[in-house]
Amino acid sequence: MSLQYPALLIAVPLLSAFIISAAGWINKKLCFPIAVAALTVSAGSCIGLLFRVLNEGVVLYRLGGWDPPWGIAYYIDSLNGLVLCVVSVAALLNLIASKKSIEQEFPEKIGPFYTLYVLFVTGMVGITVTGDAFNLYVLLEIGSITGYALIAMGDKDRAPLASLNYLYMGTIGACFYLLGVGYLYISTGSLNMVDIARLLPALYQSKAVMAAFIICMVGVWIKMAFFPLHAWLPNAYTFAPSAASSLIAPLMTKVMIYVMIRLILTVFTPKFAFGTLAVSHAIVWLACVAIVVGAICALAQRDLKKMLTYIIVAEVGYMVGGAWLGNRAGMTGAILHIVNDALMTLCAFLVVGNIVYKVKGYAFDDLKGLFTKMPFTMGAFVIGALSIIGVPPTCGFFSKWYLISGAIQAGHYGFMVALIFSSLVNVVLFFRVIEIGYYEPSGEHHGHDHPPEPMAEAPLSMLVPLYVVAAGLILVGLYTGNIVNHIIRFVIPSSFV
Amino acid sequence: MGDWLHMLVAKYNYWIYITLMMIGLYAMIAKNNLIKKIVGMNIFQTAIILFYVSIGVKKGGTLPIIEHGHGGHSHVIHAADYLNPLPHVLMLTAIVVSVATLGVALALAIRIYNRYNSLEEDEILTQVREK
Amino acid sequence: MKVTGLIIAVLAGALLIYATVDFPPWGDPKSPASLHVSPHYIEKTIEETAVPNMVTSVLADYRGYDTMYETTVIFSAGVACFLLLRIFRRKESAERLYRHVLTGVTIRLREGKLPPSDDFERIDTAWTPHDLIIKTMCRLLVPFIQLFALYVIAHGHHSPGGGFQGGVMLGASVIVLAMSQDLRTAVRRLREKVDALLCATGVFIYAGTGALCLLLGANFLDYSALAPLLHVDPIMARSHGIFIVEIGVGIAVMATMIWIYCNVSSRGEYDEGL
Repeated sequence: MSLQYPALLIAVPLLSAFIISAAGWINKKLCFPIAVAALTVSAGSCIGLLFRVLNEGVVLYRLGGWDPPWGIAYYIDSLNGLVLCVVSVAALLNLIASKKSIEQEFPEKIGPFYTLYVLFVTGMVGITVTGDAFNLYVLLEIGSITGYALIAMGDKDRAPLASLNYLYMGTIGACFYLLGVGYLYISTGSLNMVDIARLLPALYQSKAVMAAFIICMVGVWIKMAFFPLHAWLPNAYTFAPSAASSLIAPLMTKVMIYVMIRLILTVFTPKFAFGTLAVSHAIVWLACVAIVVGAICALAQRDLKKMLTYIIVAEVGYMVGGAWLGNRAGMTGAILHIVNDALMTLCAFLVVGNIVYKVKGYAFDDLKGLFTKMPFTMGAFVIGALSIIGVPPTCGFFSKWYLISGAIQAGHYGFMVALIFSSLVNVVLFFRVIEIGYYEPSGEHHGHDHPPEPMAEAPLSMLVPLYVVAAGLILVGLYTGNIVNHIIRFVIPSSFV
Repeated sequence: MGDWLHMLVAKYNYWIYITLMMIGLYAMIAKNNLIKKIVGMNIFQTAIILFYVSIGVKKGGTLPIIEHGHGGHSHVIHAADYLNPLPHVLMLTAIVVSVATLGVALALAIRIYNRYNSLEEDEILTQVREK
Repeated sequence: MKVTGLIIAVLAGALLIYATVDFPPWGDPKSPASLHVSPHYIEKTIEETAVPNMVTSVLADYRGYDTMYETTVIFSAGVACFLLLRIFRRKESAERLYRHVLTGVTIRLREGKLPPSDDFERIDTAWTPHDLIIKTMCRLLVPFIQLFALYVIAHGHHSPGGGFQGGVMLGASVIVLAMSQDLRTAVRRLREKVDALLCATGVFIYAGTGALCLLLGANFLDYSALAPLLHVDPIMARSHGIFIVEIGVGIAVMATMIWIYCNVSSRGEYDEGL
């Protein structure tokens, strides 16, 4: 069975999505167990596959029994394997944590919600695992369409408009990617990523290949919300329901960063991306602007969820800048930050989900006195905040360390200054929230001792996954050395200094 | 000049499709009405579909269906006689994706109209800011 | 915003047109697209899959994995429209409107009362068009449309056609009934729950065939593993496998088209529709 892990990790959630859809019409109580079982099998297969890749090297899986490039094939190397594990485990933890919140917000439409949830996870897993450029587009659209629907179920006034704006920009991004693949197809005649990489070196001087690279990059940047194409992200993620925002926010942008790194490293080799085109310096400056803009806009916000979404915009700037620095430390930092940022964002949005479940709001005014009312949730929030700021031994410190050393090595001091500026702004942002939650009492009191607020903590099913993620933040930080030396090191070609 | 004309005759189809794409893109960005943006999206996607299909044309090629296909291969098949089937296959997928996106976009537009009673983006934003 | 849009469109268009300088000329039989991967499909389709229509064999066999996701996309669009729009009315409104079919007289009945005879039809808005010719002709046409659609699905191997095309036509037959009469008639013929279950079943057939091949020992969606089950040689098994998944696709597309139409045209309320 272990030979079939690449198929299991995506076929099981796909089939279970249809079963959940049917179960939603017959007996609503069956939907949750089927979804959990499917995502557990998928997560198990991803972890098993990663171990197989670490033992054997690149795994090739031929779908339909056809050899590439005539059929669709999976190439799974350590980069794939690592991102797959993160995606599937994060989706599973979020599913368990969101059960109560889904039942509270949409009691009648549990079946379709879980169906679209599992289909979104299928899309993300499929984007990560595939080795065919056109297959990536189809899976991207599965992830996008389910994302639009999940987001639009939120706040009754503003969610549909936010989702429609996301739809317009997301469709432009995906169509640009499709156009880029079309230009590559006209030039090479193939759709398989490894095959294109084999055929491209002869065509480096072709203007069609250059245009294909630029359009593919712009399309992927729109979908990952890289400044200045980020306008859809704050509204879409803020007004989404808690279950959907803690699913989509950690995963969608990170998987798109994986696609960008895959395009740079495997399809258009670094020789083309950094050498023939020579735009990497400009892109790193654009990343610096993204980080600064994200930080400043986050300072201006009055509610917690929107502040977190602007922090996501800044984090995307970290990863794009790190990848385009052009040296080993920067690329390691970017890949490591994919893992770390997914976990940090998941932790932060799960905390917001808990707060919304209990307090029914996420503005700063609603956060007063939360440290007494919900101590466990806010404890995990503090760990997540320390990680986003970049305090050792949480994982956020280590990826920032790699990014800063990559910036110094490349001589790009602007990027280093932007990273440090962003860390300082994050300190201000999170201490402001912690101050409101800790020191300010909720409600009126007449100046003398009033009885302490009773603890109204979120239910256990929402706390346990949150603490697993928070523990993961520290564990991933402590094991960073292992991750870098055993997994990430093999992804980056040796030509990188 | 002759070189330019030669290129025009050889590639005018791509230029027409790119122009169509840009008309659709302009409509998506610049128009105010939500339905006009959806129509622009459709134009953009349809132009990409036409672009891909035109890649598969071969001079002198016929439909990609093998005549007298029953009963085993009685004659040799030359690839140059038939059109390239791969872009057609890819575009069947793209058409379905564009229909699916259109369906979701219309559902979202209906939700917005039910709430704000308008489909013009500036009126909706005024109503949102007033709240 | 208009100026920004114009600048973006012009810049993007200029880049794209500039890149066409290096394209092969239109219709060139020596272009990379015509020489690299597709000759294998053209020359080997009969030998490896026994299906003369190359587009079908590439769609459902060589790149069948993509087609499975394509069907999933349309399924998720159906579920998304349902999730976004459907309103389950708990309380019916206090009054119902009925109209006498032959004379056009409209009556209003309070809760619980039934119309005097069977000649009354239920309407929801004050003005509903009423055309006997259109209603009768569409009702008579529906079986022929469905028969042709089944032909298109079954003949995807030998002529242009296949699951998507036939499925859309099957869906159109029910939509024509809904548009010419009213949505309630169509929903009475094909209930919402049956429609939703058919939708899931159709895609499940496709993915399930792939999983069956997995369980029989081959890779996912490798139809030659079905040979012992169907008592044919592996090449004919591929041809039959393609047919099975096309049926699945046809069912799924039909059910989804009807589902999306019902939700969007009635804005989720499943009353009279358009």
